[in-house]
Amino acid sequence: MIEGAIWRKWVYFYLPLALFLLFLLFPFYWMVITTFRPDNELYIAWRRPNYAPFWTWNPTLDHIKFLFRETAFLTWLWNTMFIALCSTVISLFCGVLAGYALSRLNFPFAGSLGTMIFVTYLVPQTLLFIPLSDIIRNYRLGDTPWSLILTYPTFLIPFCTWLMMGFFKSIPKELEECARIDGASRLKAMFYIILPVAVPGILSAGIFAFTLSWNEFIYALVFLSSPEQKTVPVGVVSELIRGDVFFWGALMAGALLGSIPVAIAYSFFVEHYVSGLTGSVKG
Amino acid sequence: MVATAVQTVPAPHTPEPRWRPLENEGWLALVLLLPTLVLLGLFIAYPFVRGILLSVSSSRVGVPGEWVGFANFTRLLSDPIFYMVVRNTVWYTFITTIFKLALGLWLALLLNRNFRFKAFTRAFILLPFIIPTVLSTFAWKWMFDPTFSVLNWFIMKMCQWKVSFFGLFGIEPATSCVVQAQFNWLGDADLAMWAIIIVNIWRGVPFFAISLLAGLQTISPDLAEAAAIDGAKPLQRFWYITWPLLLPVTMVVVLFSVIQTFADFQIVYVMTGGGPANATHLFATYAYQMGVGTGLLSQGAAISLAMFPILFGIVIVQLLYIRRVETR
Repeated sequence: MIEGAIWRKWVYFYLPLALFLLFLLFPFYWMVITTFRPDNELYIAWRRPNYAPFWTWNPTLDHIKFLFRETAFLTWLWNTMFIALCSTVISLFCGVLAGYALSRLNFPFAGSLGTMIFVTYLVPQTLLFIPLSDIIRNYRLGDTPWSLILTYPTFLIPFCTWLMMGFFKSIPKELEECARIDGASRLKAMFYIILPVAVPGILSAGIFAFTLSWNEFIYALVFLSSPEQKTVPVGVVSELIRGDVFFWGALMAGALLGSIPVAIAYSFFVEHYVSGLTGSVKG
Repeated sequence: MVATAVQTVPAPHTPEPRWRPLENEGWLALVLLLPTLVLLGLFIAYPFVRGILLSVSSSRVGVPGEWVGFANFTRLLSDPIFYMVVRNTVWYTFITTIFKLALGLWLALLLNRNFRFKAFTRAFILLPFIIPTVLSTFAWKWMFDPTFSVLNWFIMKMCQWKVSFFGLFGIEPATSCVVQAQFNWLGDADLAMWAIIIVNIWRGVPFFAISLLAGLQTISPDLAEAAAIDGAKPLQRFWYITWPLLLPVTMVVVLFSVIQTFADFQIVYVMTGGGPANATHLFATYAYQMGVGTGLLSQGAAISLAMFPILFGIVIVQLLYIRRVETR
């Protein structure tokens, strides 16, 4: 704690914290205010005396209407949701099984397989996107949601596996052994005894995987080309900028509305998300 | 009814010895790992091999190339833009990591206290990390717009306050505040780099703060208390107790972040697209411009792969470090 006079607490604690919050949250405030600001107020140069950046007295829904009427924004939202959910489910399925095998079973090469999966966890998407785009084209998956549903697990599975390994290790072995003595097969013990206990870990991995796939950009940018197949990030980038013209109001509206689903998902599972985040680092 | 009930008494069931491969740990492990291995093999290992093959051929989009050896790599060595890319990426990674670590640690120490709305604050602080980077980067791009920048407006206001303050003492400024605040953020090579660095720091600080906070919470407060009783000042307590105990978490977080930052794409793609005049290109954006923008697949694959040795080195360091911590 900070000892001494009350002003010390303000100077060393509240002031820095307030500045951090301002720095971290101001862009979101800016997004919101731009979304509801009419165009004639939006495009006032900063040096003009009537530039009033922080508030508007004439809020408008024009930008949001533009987004829904002139672009395929709803389709993008749906695509993103569908792709994120499918790839999360696939990754959870693979990650839970693999995490169980690597942390609970004795078999040759268990250690080196674990290390291999950890290494793929560290492979950034930007290392492989060019050969992957070639492969996607050869498999004739280009411009379909499946190109992303199948490739997103490559960065989600290692993470889910890693997280679940840590989680399974914390469950005592005796729990499983009791069930085995009572005559349960290995699979039964896993599904009925261990998995129910591991639900918090699965939730953490799931919510983290969901936000990661909602966030993904470069694969979606390279693999998808037609407007009605795009995800929100790619759609906003490619359809709301025409040449040099930026539709700033609509862009910010798109950014805001595209962030809301993931923010809601996050707000329901903050604790799980945080334990996923810290677990993903510690392992 | 009674008669039928008597007749259906089941014969004692004798279980036949079955072949149950899933009771064997090795087989079960193989089955459980199979989906993971198939997906990772198809979409990581195979693309990696394919990438190497691409980088030693002369493929373009739609044109299968032929073997050209290391020509793509030697061309990079004589490409002035590539040197700029290497310099940019190293500088970008270095400077953002320093700032993210310093600010993240500071924020973690602030959050490690008890205060009202703590859970609330912590949840909000993570927002830059949750919200899709491309979308939040657009908010920054709009804030950096040369004509409508709220940042320039803010700098102008600060300057005007300063001028009116000095005006009380009769000191007149040399240039007007409008001129002083005239920053063309994304049009000037140096400023554009700084703008990108700021956005990356903004996005990365929450990750550092929350991870380090988790590390801080595992350190028993008794240690700091004992040191305080022995007369250690706050700075000494941090340097001799908190920092060494936090070091393992810090190392892992930094290495993670270095890998992500080194291979960063989204922020630069949205903010500048590599411009002005290629001054802000990183490996990934340059590879994208070559491989996808111009369609020179092989050249792009070569640029991407040029990241590999450095990333590989970082991964090795991380593995060695984790092993050392685990065996200790």
